[in-house]
Amino acid sequence: MAESGHDKLRGYRGRARARLEELGVKVWSDVRLVNSAGSVFEGVILPRSGTFDDLHIVLKLKNGYNVGIHVDRVDSVEEVGYKEAVYKIPEKEFPSRPDLPKVTLLGTGGTIASRLDYRTGAVIPAFTPGELYGAVPELADICNLTTKKIFGVFSENMAWPEYKILAENIGREINAGADGIVVGHGTDTMGHTAAVLSFMVQNSPVPIVLVGSQRSSDRPSSDAALNLIHAVRTAAWADTAEVQICMFGPTSDSYALLHRGTRCRKMHSSYRSTFRTVGDIPLCIVEDDDFKYLTNDYLRRDPEREVMVDTAHDDRVTILYYYPGMKPDLVDALVEKGYRGIVIAGTGLGHVNSPLYPALERAISSGVHIVMTVQTLWGFAQMYVYDTGRDLLDIGVVPLDNMLPETALMKLGWVLGHTDDHSEVLAMMRKPINREITEREPHNGYLILQGGLPETDEFISSHWK
Amino acid sequence: MSHDLDYAEVGLKVGLEVHQQLLTEKKMFCQCPAGLYTDNHDGSILRHMRPTLSELGEYDGTALMEFKTRKNIIYLLHTSNVCTYEMDDTPPFLVNPQAIDIAIEQCLMLGCDIVDEVHIARKQYLDGSIPTGFQRTAIVGVNGRLPFRGRDLGITQVSVEEDSCREVSDRGHLIVWRTDRLGMPLIETVTDPDLRTPEEVEEAILLVGRVCRSTGHVRVGLGASRQDINVSVRGGRRVEIKGVPKAGWAPALVHGEAVRQVNLLALRDELHRRGLRLSSDLTIEHRDVTEILTGSFLEALSQTSWERYVDDGGRRSELERGSGAFCIRAIRLKGLAGTLGWPTQPDRTFADELRGRVRVIATLDQAPILLHSEDWPAGTEAELESLRESLGCTEEDGLVVVWGAEEDTLTAAEEIRLRYADAIDGIPHETRQPFEDGSTDFERILPGPDRMYPDTDSPPQRITRDRVDTLRAPLPEPPWSREERYSDAGVPTPVIHFLIRRGGARLVDLVVKECGADLSRACFFFGERVKGLRRAGVPVDDVPDEGWCDLFHLFGRYPATWHAWQDLTDWLAANPTADLQSEAELAGFGHPPENWQDTVADLVGDTTTTDDDKRPGHQRYVMGLAMDELRGRVPASDVESRILDLVTAQLESEPG
Repeated sequence: MAESGHDKLRGYRGRARARLEELGVKVWSDVRLVNSAGSVFEGVILPRSGTFDDLHIVLKLKNGYNVGIHVDRVDSVEEVGYKEAVYKIPEKEFPSRPDLPKVTLLGTGGTIASRLDYRTGAVIPAFTPGELYGAVPELADICNLTTKKIFGVFSENMAWPEYKILAENIGREINAGADGIVVGHGTDTMGHTAAVLSFMVQNSPVPIVLVGSQRSSDRPSSDAALNLIHAVRTAAWADTAEVQICMFGPTSDSYALLHRGTRCRKMHSSYRSTFRTVGDIPLCIVEDDDFKYLTNDYLRRDPEREVMVDTAHDDRVTILYYYPGMKPDLVDALVEKGYRGIVIAGTGLGHVNSPLYPALERAISSGVHIVMTVQTLWGFAQMYVYDTGRDLLDIGVVPLDNMLPETALMKLGWVLGHTDDHSEVLAMMRKPINREITEREPHNGYLILQGGLPETDEFISSHWK
Repeated sequence: MSHDLDYAEVGLKVGLEVHQQLLTEKKMFCQCPAGLYTDNHDGSILRHMRPTLSELGEYDGTALMEFKTRKNIIYLLHTSNVCTYEMDDTPPFLVNPQAIDIAIEQCLMLGCDIVDEVHIARKQYLDGSIPTGFQRTAIVGVNGRLPFRGRDLGITQVSVEEDSCREVSDRGHLIVWRTDRLGMPLIETVTDPDLRTPEEVEEAILLVGRVCRSTGHVRVGLGASRQDINVSVRGGRRVEIKGVPKAGWAPALVHGEAVRQVNLLALRDELHRRGLRLSSDLTIEHRDVTEILTGSFLEALSQTSWERYVDDGGRRSELERGSGAFCIRAIRLKGLAGTLGWPTQPDRTFADELRGRVRVIATLDQAPILLHSEDWPAGTEAELESLRESLGCTEEDGLVVVWGAEEDTLTAAEEIRLRYADAIDGIPHETRQPFEDGSTDFERILPGPDRMYPDTDSPPQRITRDRVDTLRAPLPEPPWSREERYSDAGVPTPVIHFLIRRGGARLVDLVVKECGADLSRACFFFGERVKGLRRAGVPVDDVPDEGWCDLFHLFGRYPATWHAWQDLTDWLAANPTADLQSEAELAGFGHPPENWQDTVADLVGDTTTTDDDKRPGHQRYVMGLAMDELRGRVPASDVESRILDLVTAQLESEPG
């Protein structure tokens, strides 16, 4: 994060800006300010967030606290110095050890490690191997680390152009001999990225691990360092050569879980243990010094295997999250706007109301591909069970069994980059690439414990949450 | 080294940080109930604190220390009083406006200037006392003052902040915290460092407490107010004695710390005299002496004793254990003979300073934590000799022995070196834990302003002048002016303080204003009599303001009823919403029975004794009988003079 522009009154507008100009002081001025009550404030004028009002000047006092002083109550200001924040992070050279695997960390914008500027509260991302080594020295015992910053965007701003670049970079790094890839990613859309990478990067010889944090790395309780350690260990040493998400298993600082990229979802807006494998069990438990594989059913690490990168895609796809009373003009509008593929997140076994049928028929006959998933997330779209479902099948809506809606969206966009032929599209959608559709749902795949029940409470009181 | 000090001569300076919980319904940053404590838990989480990089790219003092301890931290949770916010699994909700209002009110009572915009900051704590690793805190007022001993005690600032967890246990590498208290709002009042004697400190704590409590909007009871006492002497450094639960502990603690600092400064001079002026001048070597001491006569140094200690009958968690095998480590302190037994606080030596660091930072906590050459257990001198020999110690050297998990003994050796480096410098900036006997022990290195940074999760809160004025209007009279007023009416100081502390003063002023009650009588009533009834279990706190007004109106209208205060108050407490006036009228209170003079005459009868010595006792006896029947109906003075008249008449008619 560099100083943006040369505005000496950064973030101040309106009255506050006018008053500061009048007083002849600027952001980073070290001042002695006296207010109309005679109170003396000594500290540095901080930049102000542009979203705050234009009535207050923010000072960082010598004792570390910040206060806002109303412009009308400023009596006098004396500038005694100038202390501009310096945004840089010291580096320590990342030690090289020939006996350790080579891991490449690709950055997309989320901060995995960072340093805090105490004076301003600015969080400065640590990213180069040297910076990361300073912040998480444990990494040096795991691998030889290379880092590459691909973009700097919030995860909600990741989209098809970024997916393509990311996939190409992963392919390049693997071909260049990386023993594992870690992708630092914001958690909000990590599930989407993991899904699309599962299609764009196939047959990987090495693990491709997405990781992020739920508590920012500038705080002592952050999950970032432990997540990074787990992810880098997975990339360097684990046997699962798939696209996977590596994040906290429980909210306690304990172990991480590896989730298959096509079956994983963020399930809580803020918990550390937010990522869950849906409709199946996770691949592996990552402990301090061990990997506990939970299944045999995964692609093994194999340096001889050739990675296949295929980034063709079409972004004219969307999810229609069905709700009772949905009007058909919504479907018509999507068609009119040129959407080529629609994933419906239907109710129950994959249903929408009958007034929508004609609109869906019109859409399909005009060449739009419509597939059905379930908004229950767990379970299969089984449209042959009820009349409603059978009617939709007749119209040409194709069920995607237990594919997650977001995974279906990513896959549809990828498939439409390859063909527009209706039957080919449907065949590709229904043929799993990496278990985005599974044949069997194990009975321990669906487990949402109901709090308050005696047996649940007994379980949670005797296990780390 | 004397323990008597001339405080002015040594330049004693003391400031306070008084913490006072606010009486809010909910916590500060979530909707959990405040003040609901639990002794059990229905869930727990395991966490660790990791120091973040500071401005210089190096871990700061506290951060470094806490990281060295590598503590496993367990938080005990109960669904009744914590949600996912306290677990640090949900960001804060908007700050509780009731907490801000009460904080502003407190600031106004303390004579502060209220800031225009409150900015929530994060203050880092790595001891685990807060699961986020920081406390959310914000300055609300600055620049206050309180009249104190004929001068002003400056209030540097008042901040509002969330309370921390309660410690359950701290053994080895495991610390356990209960989360019920976490997140309750409190204010921290920081005074200028203007207190000059231990007695002033106690008095100032009580004064700030009275000011806070006089609004009735703060919590009272165990743990509701705690203070940190910052002590330094000239040439010394600020040391924070943290979490002093009672003002009465302050004088001994302040004295002890002043003595400690004076002694540590003398030790610094001694070290300088020995040519040790920089930490690099120290030569501190250590080695593993487990083999040498196999079969030692020293119980503490045997592996079985240590195993027994860390296992504690299978009750202790694996999380407490350090890494490495059992190890005894001897540390040679070159040229430092005589420093281990150097006095510090009363009845303590410099070896205890080392013990504090080793216990907290190296987490070696088996008593006596370390053994040393200046207080070696009698009868085992031969073992000390063999250790001295193996490390090549001369007469001029000191020797320390620690034991436990190998890695921890290495940390201990390094900590001992660091503590001596601090000794060369004088007084380390540290936080110390207080004990009732006036002693303190090392708690942690005192963090500096570098651990504060803005809370990006919370927007700043604007405080308008209108809001301040609205809160100012109903404020109670400041305690010092009330104290002066009550004192002028002849009320004793302890009663005044009790009334202000426990809210009785508000009722006193109410009945004086509304019912024309006599001030000193009202003070006596609420400060002594009602207090006594409360102690006896009478639910006097259930009586509403109107009830007390009714009672004092009754006292005013029928002075005789004053003597029936206990019956009337009992009745009022049992029937807090009933109409006292009409009940009292029905029961005949305030109206002398028509034949009361005859009733008295019957009681006096002709039993009067002629014995002058026995007569006063007899009269009191009759008075008691008469009042049992006439209390609240006839003024006691009238009954008394009637008895006197009758007795006098009888005596006059007796043949003399």
